[in-house]
Amino acid sequence: MNSLILHTATRLMIGIIVLFSLFLFFRGHDEPGGGFIGGLVGAGAFTLYAIAFGSEATRAILRIDPITLIALGLVSLVISGIIPMFTFEPFLTGKWLFLELGESEFKLSTPLIFDIGVYLCVLGFILAVIFSLEEVK
Amino acid sequence: MDFLPLSIIIVYVFLSISLLISLVRVILGPSLPDRVVALDMISFIVISLIAVYTISSGHPVYLDVAIVLALIAFLGTIAFARFVFKRAEKERNRA
Repeated sequence: MNSLILHTATRLMIGIIVLFSLFLFFRGHDEPGGGFIGGLVGAGAFTLYAIAFGSEATRAILRIDPITLIALGLVSLVISGIIPMFTFEPFLTGKWLFLELGESEFKLSTPLIFDIGVYLCVLGFILAVIFSLEEVK
Repeated sequence: MDFLPLSIIIVYVFLSISLLISLVRVILGPSLPDRVVALDMISFIVISLIAVYTISSGHPVYLDVAIVLALIAFLGTIAFARFVFKRAEKERNRA
């Protein structure tokens, strides 16, 4: 859509929305949030960009094809399931790694990798749908 | 009675009344843009209802719902605006 107001507002808003989706994503697991809602909000940001600038420009700033995003998400889901099998535990067992960095504690885990997979799957799926709706003649 | 619970009740009443008025505009609205603006109005009243409920319940988690809605809700209005724009263009081409 060819509107100066929409273009300027989109450039401002897309950063805020992506930042908020990452905030929701990283707060997940212990508190409300997580991969699914983070992916939905992130897809909302790119949908706004697609409405303002068209789907060609959105594919350009996304750099990766949405279908490839879904595939990457599924791969990281499988990786998070396979990691605990190296210590002879069942598939998808949650493994935690606590790193002490000065005052704060940094938590790495296989649920985090699983959540990254969910995020990429949701983002890729919604964007694939939006792009095919945009590009239909 | 304390001031905060009283004002929360008053805000609930007034927001409900404005929700009803916007609903009347959605139903009666003579043209499509009227209805679109009324739907936008309803989504922002819902955002303020969630914000008031956050205060009255005391759980700050609910505020995130209001933030997400505020960031996303105007997308629907923009999509409607584009729909109205395209329809007007098509009618102009036909004429």
